[in-house]
Amino acid sequence: MDSVVQLQRQLVDYTVQLFNEGFLDDQFNQLQQLQDESNPDFVVEVVTLFFEDSERLLDELAKALEQQSVDYTKIDAHVHQLKGSSSSIGAQRVQKVCIGFRNFCEERNIEGCQKCLHQVKREYSLVKTKLETLFKLERKVLAAGGSIPWPM
Amino acid sequence: MEREPSAIRDEYAPVIFSQETVSYIESLDMMSGEEDRENILRARATGKAVLTRPFRLLGSHHLGVVLTFPVYKSKLPPSPTAAQRIEATAGYLGGAFDIESLVENLLGQLAGNQAILVNVYDITNSSDLLIMYGHQNLDGDLSLLHESNLDFGDPFRKHLMICRYHEKAPASWTALTTVFLFFVIGLLVGYILYGAAIHIVKVEDGFHEMQELKFRAEAADVTKSQFLATVSHEIRTPMNGILGMLALLLDTDLSSTQRDYAQTAQVCGKALIALINEVLDREKIEAGKLELEAVPFDIRSILDDVLSLFSEKSRNKGIELAVFVSDKVPEIVVGDPGRFRQIITNLVGNSVKFTERGHIFIKVHLYENAKAMTDTKVSTCLNGGSNESVLTSGSQKFKTLSGCEAADDQNSWDVFRHFSDEEFRSDASINVTTNNEASEDVGLMVCVEDTGIGIPLKAQGRVFMPFVQADSSTSRHYGGTGIGLSISKCLVELMGGQIDFISRPDVGSTFSFTAVFGTCKKNVFNNMEKRNAEALPSGFRGLKALVVDGNPVRATVTRYHLKRLGILAEVVSSLKLAAGSCGKNGSLTSGGKIQPDIILVEKDSWISGEDGVSSVWQLDLKQNGHTFKLPKMILLATNITNSEFDKAKGAGFSDTVIMKPLRARMVAACLQQVLGMGKKRSQGKGIPNGSSFLQSLLCGKRILVVDDNRVNRRVAAGALKKFGADVECAESGKAALKLLQLPHIYDACFMDIQMPEMDGFEATCLIRQMESRANEQMNGEYMVEERTARKVQWHIPILAMTADVIHATHDKCLKSGMDGYVSKPFEEENLYQAVARFFDPKSTLKS
Repeated sequence: MDSVVQLQRQLVDYTVQLFNEGFLDDQFNQLQQLQDESNPDFVVEVVTLFFEDSERLLDELAKALEQQSVDYTKIDAHVHQLKGSSSSIGAQRVQKVCIGFRNFCEERNIEGCQKCLHQVKREYSLVKTKLETLFKLERKVLAAGGSIPWPM
Repeated sequence: MEREPSAIRDEYAPVIFSQETVSYIESLDMMSGEEDRENILRARATGKAVLTRPFRLLGSHHLGVVLTFPVYKSKLPPSPTAAQRIEATAGYLGGAFDIESLVENLLGQLAGNQAILVNVYDITNSSDLLIMYGHQNLDGDLSLLHESNLDFGDPFRKHLMICRYHEKAPASWTALTTVFLFFVIGLLVGYILYGAAIHIVKVEDGFHEMQELKFRAEAADVTKSQFLATVSHEIRTPMNGILGMLALLLDTDLSSTQRDYAQTAQVCGKALIALINEVLDREKIEAGKLELEAVPFDIRSILDDVLSLFSEKSRNKGIELAVFVSDKVPEIVVGDPGRFRQIITNLVGNSVKFTERGHIFIKVHLYENAKAMTDTKVSTCLNGGSNESVLTSGSQKFKTLSGCEAADDQNSWDVFRHFSDEEFRSDASINVTTNNEASEDVGLMVCVEDTGIGIPLKAQGRVFMPFVQADSSTSRHYGGTGIGLSISKCLVELMGGQIDFISRPDVGSTFSFTAVFGTCKKNVFNNMEKRNAEALPSGFRGLKALVVDGNPVRATVTRYHLKRLGILAEVVSSLKLAAGSCGKNGSLTSGGKIQPDIILVEKDSWISGEDGVSSVWQLDLKQNGHTFKLPKMILLATNITNSEFDKAKGAGFSDTVIMKPLRARMVAACLQQVLGMGKKRSQGKGIPNGSSFLQSLLCGKRILVVDDNRVNRRVAAGALKKFGADVECAESGKAALKLLQLPHIYDACFMDIQMPEMDGFEATCLIRQMESRANEQMNGEYMVEERTARKVQWHIPILAMTADVIHATHDKCLKSGMDGYVSKPFEEENLYQAVARFFDPKSTLKS
């Protein structure tokens, strides 16, 4: 088993990488700070909520775009939700795509919307994988007896 | 002369009377000569004088003429005829003109030196000139003839006199000389004019040349600047690349040698970038393109930053580094913080470089005070007080920060103490006065005093010259380029001040500069980017501390830093005195000794004092029979060895040692650790030191968060809970309405704007309607609430949460009855401002 220090190092490096690549932004830091002894799993809980919410929204979006007569207001509402939640946890890239998505909605550009949906799905799955890896690393560190060196 | 009787004629004219000189013509018949006869007859007829032709006179045989006048017997009628004239003739009067002797006598004087040849002619008959005088052939200088008419009185005859020089007049020397002189003068004048013209032409040419050269020089200068800028930009880009890569490299796993190498490379790279920046700065300053900002900033925090830069280096060298800012210096001043930091960094950096022992002391005073200080010093000198070399026990021979002598007498301890004591005592009055000077300029004087190697006297004149260092070997030994001070000088002068220094070789140097800053009201600063300025923790306000330090200057610095945290501090010079003052609980010694919560002991004082004093003291306290909290004892040290640390722990000092140089934030952190206050979180980005403000505002308040998004609800709730609030969530406008049915228990509500079914505005409108209905009902009724027994109007503060704060429709929010808006996700500054309007920070916790 890797030593605690090495694991911590890995965790730090990974997190830094995520920030550098724009997957996460400062809001994620804020979330981490909200986590303390009284609230030890705050980040994981919120992120899990985000995953559930986002998957639901993405399904809805896919369905809505397949309709004959596309209801842009509904799509806009969904995208707005997704944007809100992604910004709340600091999923920067998802949020950015949502902004573009909303523009296309306003223009009632079906192709643009579909492209954005693809993009959003891709970004979402990327950030999901990354965050899951992050949490795994965290668990490893905790299992090895170390503490999570938040915040960065 | 032969005389013969004249021939028989009709008339005779014998000479009757004659002048003695011509007596030989007596009784001669004038009419005997034909010409004479005609003359006489004519004269008789016309009544006018008549001249003969020139002829040889009888006596002298000179050429001459005879002039004959008729004499009439009786009165003639007014216009007589010739016949009447002839009738009336009585006789004749004649005169002989000896032309030759006449001319010679007359002209003898005229001739002068030169012989003048005169020719007199009878030119009655123009074709036949009769010579009366002169040679037949005209010789002599014919070039210059002067002709004049002679009038003997006979209208019939004309006579002409021609004068000429016998010889050509020799070249008249006067004329020649004059001509020559004139010529010469003319030449000279001509030459002068010519010279002047040439000069003008030359000057003009020179001028044109200079202009051209000037253009070329300016162009060259511009080119040089451009070149420098381009080159340094070109250099900087790859340099930044190198540094970036090194930073990344250092983030990876490296062996210690690898890390060492990489760090060295990084240091070198950073130094190179610094050098380029310095050179560019110099360029900018010279080109006059440097502009100073005018933003509000906090001097004390800038000095803290600079101190932290150098704290490790100075600690390694064993130098005491300290900062003191006079109370009279306002908290916020308007100026250019970056450049100010640059100057201070440069001066302190120099001091750190060139000092091996002793101290580096930075002092900031108001300029007026500084001047007053020097006056005081002068007066004390006059009074015969000697401030230097006071021989006290131990190593402290001089009253300075470290005990080593400092170069500048004027900043000696006595003067310093005089003013700092004044300031510490008269706190309140000063604050009042500074508030009244709203936006005047304030002049500050900053002194950086060190006990280093000093500047050799010969080099002192060149200190501020760029690229010049004190000694050619300085760069080798100490590093540096030599630009720093010249840049600092330019910056100081741009700030409206002056920089100067006093340096004594092997004693130390004191650099001082003045600068002018603007002032601004504190509120203005608070509204601006307070995010960057992390406020000092306020949890220590009101604490009392006792500082034990034998060195008065150092103790004052410590007291200043504690004061910044709001801690009142007293100073004693040894542990014994401390024990004495604290032991007697409540005894009224002079000045009213306070009961300290913490005791800060300077390591030097403790070590030079007696061991085990603290334990004696503790005993003393117990003996008094009072049970009170033992004040925590903390050690202050520049550096500390392990053995000293163990000893300190054994003597009762806490685990935490406050390391010098003192910085307010660091002291606060250490005190936090010792006193167990504050959060356990380490100092990091985003740690809201201002969270203490928000905490005091929100602690215990019951807040309703309304948002249709689960994630947002969780995050918002989590954030608010962190500040101690009680949070409940609602997932729609409708649900919120239900919860906010009156009477409700909530202190505030955060409402998302965009929600399906009922958006934030609508919900707020309904809530307000509900409230106004209830308020109307309340009129006249006495409302008993859970918390207060006062009459209360229902109005819950509702704040909108919006992701787009910039474009938030403020009007719409207000129209629907909201009280403001905050950003989503929460930003602390924003949140604090919005919430502060409703919640009084000093309100007590609700049960």
